[in-house]
Amino acid sequence: MGKPNDLVQGTLDLLILKTLLPAAMHGWAIAKRIQQISGEVLQVQQGSLYPALHRLEQQGWIKAKWQESETGRQAKFYALTAAGRKQLENETANWNRLSTAINLIVGEI
Amino acid sequence: MRWLSQLRMKTQVLFGRRREIARLENELAFHLERQIAENIAAGMNAADARTAALRTFGNPALLREQTHATWSWNGLESLLHDVRYSARSLCRAPEFLGLAVGVMALGIGANVALFTVVRSVLLKPLPYTDSEQLVTLYEADSHHKGAHRHLPVDFGSFDIWQSTARAHADLTAVSPFQDYNVSAEGGRLPEKIKAAWSTWDFFPVLGVTPAMGRSFTAQDDRPDAAATVMLTHGFWMRRYNGDPAIVGKTIWLDAKPYAVIGVLPASFMFSSAFGGNTVQVWAPVRHEAPPWLISTFEDHEFLVVGRLRHGTTLPMLVGQLDALQKQIQKSHAKPTVHDGAAGHSTLDDAVETYKTPLYALLAATGCVLLIACMNVAGLLVARAAARSKDQAIRAALGGGRLRLIRERLIESLLLSAGGGALGLLLAWCALQWLLHARSDMNRVDAIQIDGVVGAFTACIIAVCALFSGLIAALSSTGKDVLSALQESSRAHSGGKARAQLRRLLLALQVGLTVVLLVGAGLLLKSYQRLRSSDLGVPVDNVLTMQLSLPDARYKQPAQQAAFFEHLIERVRGLPGVERAALVSTAPGEGWNGDQTMSVIEHPPLPMTEMPDIAVRGADPGYFAAIELPLLRGRIFTSDERLDRAHVVVLSRLAARALFKDEDPLGKHIKASTGTTTYEVVGVVGDTLWNVGEPPMPTLYWPIYGNNYSFATIVVRSTHDVESLALPMQRVVSALDPDLPVSDVMTLQEAIGKSTIDSAFDSMLVLAFAVIALLLAATGLYGVLAYLVAQRTNEIGIRIALGARRENVLRLMLADGLRPALFGLVTGLAASAVVVRQIQAMLYETAPLDPTVYAAVTATLLLVAALACLLPAWRASRLDPMQALRSE
Repeated sequence: MGKPNDLVQGTLDLLILKTLLPAAMHGWAIAKRIQQISGEVLQVQQGSLYPALHRLEQQGWIKAKWQESETGRQAKFYALTAAGRKQLENETANWNRLSTAINLIVGEI
Repeated sequence: MRWLSQLRMKTQVLFGRRREIARLENELAFHLERQIAENIAAGMNAADARTAALRTFGNPALLREQTHATWSWNGLESLLHDVRYSARSLCRAPEFLGLAVGVMALGIGANVALFTVVRSVLLKPLPYTDSEQLVTLYEADSHHKGAHRHLPVDFGSFDIWQSTARAHADLTAVSPFQDYNVSAEGGRLPEKIKAAWSTWDFFPVLGVTPAMGRSFTAQDDRPDAAATVMLTHGFWMRRYNGDPAIVGKTIWLDAKPYAVIGVLPASFMFSSAFGGNTVQVWAPVRHEAPPWLISTFEDHEFLVVGRLRHGTTLPMLVGQLDALQKQIQKSHAKPTVHDGAAGHSTLDDAVETYKTPLYALLAATGCVLLIACMNVAGLLVARAAARSKDQAIRAALGGGRLRLIRERLIESLLLSAGGGALGLLLAWCALQWLLHARSDMNRVDAIQIDGVVGAFTACIIAVCALFSGLIAALSSTGKDVLSALQESSRAHSGGKARAQLRRLLLALQVGLTVVLLVGAGLLLKSYQRLRSSDLGVPVDNVLTMQLSLPDARYKQPAQQAAFFEHLIERVRGLPGVERAALVSTAPGEGWNGDQTMSVIEHPPLPMTEMPDIAVRGADPGYFAAIELPLLRGRIFTSDERLDRAHVVVLSRLAARALFKDEDPLGKHIKASTGTTTYEVVGVVGDTLWNVGEPPMPTLYWPIYGNNYSFATIVVRSTHDVESLALPMQRVVSALDPDLPVSDVMTLQEAIGKSTIDSAFDSMLVLAFAVIALLLAATGLYGVLAYLVAQRTNEIGIRIALGARRENVLRLMLADGLRPALFGLVTGLAASAVVVRQIQAMLYETAPLDPTVYAAVTATLLLVAALACLLPAWRASRLDPMQALRSE
């Protein structure tokens, strides 16, 4: 099982930003969604998720808001900022370039 | 907009750190709850669900810390943490804290105080417009042999200077040597005040505008103008209670009416090398001075203050005036006409005499600060040694080396900051004292603690913290963590290296202390020489009091003489007065007039070789009253007055200057400027005109009749001569209620007044030297006590093996005294070089005075031995059994 630690550096940031594109979510939901969409391949550990979320928040890519969750409890919801959207575009482009390059090498052999 | 949200986050985590931490807890708890809920939904019971959730969650503390680490301001947070930690650990050692802060406070306080003085007095520009363009000019003379290079200027030369140099500078003349009797009016007592005469453009050239009224104009500065006067702010406040309607009123000076035309601003204060800061009123010179004074080239009563025009420099102007003055001297070839010009900036003119002493004091305080820093560094090294295990354990557990050094630095920064705060307070107190004690000093009123001084204090604090902190930090954070952990009390490699460092610091401290002690010793000796210099007459129980008769009321010489004779007769009748007499100026109370004299019976000498002789008027009783011994001939008699007052008594030096080995009695002399001849009737002893200056050849002629309108009453009593001041004043006011007396003081006080600089400098340097000595002594004690503690085991073994206690004592003493001896030798060598800088401050004392050096050596050795004796004695008294058991 690929742990985020094994992922290419910075990929977790990309995953989080991408996940937040459609709607604001709290940490638990972000982890679940990544897990779900990756077909249970990527399991984001809390130990990586929360430092990453806080780092992104400090950098201004995402912003947080406390609101009621689906269970009725107050939870911290993260949403993309305008700068975060732009950052997502950059990182997606980067990722595409990188994965194409890797695929070229891997496919060659 | 990204920076905006970043800024918002930064402020949030900076100011709402606690709230953010609580929110993080909440967020993580929410995550855990959802995990538990999911586990229960998957069919686990509540307890299992919780355990499983916690397991997946991992180490919550680590997670919290890692998340926390992504926040901004972590550096600041850990810094604050270190500060708190250091403060706590310092507070746990209150003696150490008190000692270190106290030492720092002394060092920093002394430096801040001296820096404030140097900056305010020597460096701050004068409070005039573009004051750097202002220069003060003097005459110079190639035949002048005295110590002073700058000689006052005569008005005749000034007139020529002013008109010739007009293209290069605006020149004005000032004579700050004047005084007036202010008449009693409106219930106020009469008083004698210092005054200055100036040309009308003096204030415009300085750029000073009056606070009230107007300045002088060219119309006021003419002999036929109405009498006008400007008051200084202080005089206006003091004598006229700040009367807002003073401008236009009339005041009486020397029994003549003067219209007050203006009041000078409170910030205005004129200081020069020739005084001036006690001047109370200003008057236009061409109206005040007698006509001969403003045309002569021979009477030097003025300073020339000028403003350089754009493009002119001081050397250019002085060069031009120097050439001009040489021409003037050629066309008026007389010995009293000077043949050169000199000058410097007006600021230098006001403060030049203080430069060397103030910089010497600043250097002394610098030494004290350095010693204080080394002392604190020594204390920190000892502290680090005591905590070396603790440090080693922290290093072993992963404490970064830089973090550990930072902790040391923070500790020393806290100490210095505490010391700095306390030092600032000390400096403030010291400055208040200085303002009070040295109100005679030029520009002392400019002294104040301001922002620059605050910044200077902060700089000193930082430098001290770095200096003492780095020494301590570098000595304690060795790379060999293991050896420190293993180092038991029996193996002291680290401890020894540290002791070596402390010994080196100590030797340096002792060296600096020796330099300070030598400086203090030399200044003190010079001060003693000054105090004990022989005025030429016994100084105990002699009171002097000056008064001067206004020309307006006492027009005729006969009136003046009659008043003086009447006065002295009444004073002699006062109970308690043993002897009383009149003299123009008492010994030790100033220069006050000299003339070049020639002997009638001798072939005429060239002008430049005529002896210059101080002139005094005296009444016949003066020599007996002051106890000046008569060596030959006789004193003048009481009927040698007015028209018959053409006799002189010479001092021994004057007789030698005029007559060499010839018998002067019966010969005749005359002043080079006058026509009257005087017969020499006697020779008396020499007196000093000022303490610290060589005696001057002096002649005395009768005060009744040689045009004296001023006099000093000299009274000798058997005891309590001060108590006669009031009765004497009553005698004067009974004779003339408008006549003030001034300069009431004993001869002792006069000497004290002229030695105040020397007293002040030597006392301060001595105080600094004593502080340094104390610091060095405590340092010495500390190092040896520490060494003894370190070597307890070894000493125990020595004693157990049969070493005699005297040997142990000697061993430890030698250990402690070695750095002191080393420091002493370096210090003596350094002193021999450094004292040349203060040579100008020494009076009759050689910079290499052997007694001073011997005394310093003895003092230092004694203090060092005392400081070392206690720990060494303790070592020799160790009980070997206990020493061996102690770990």
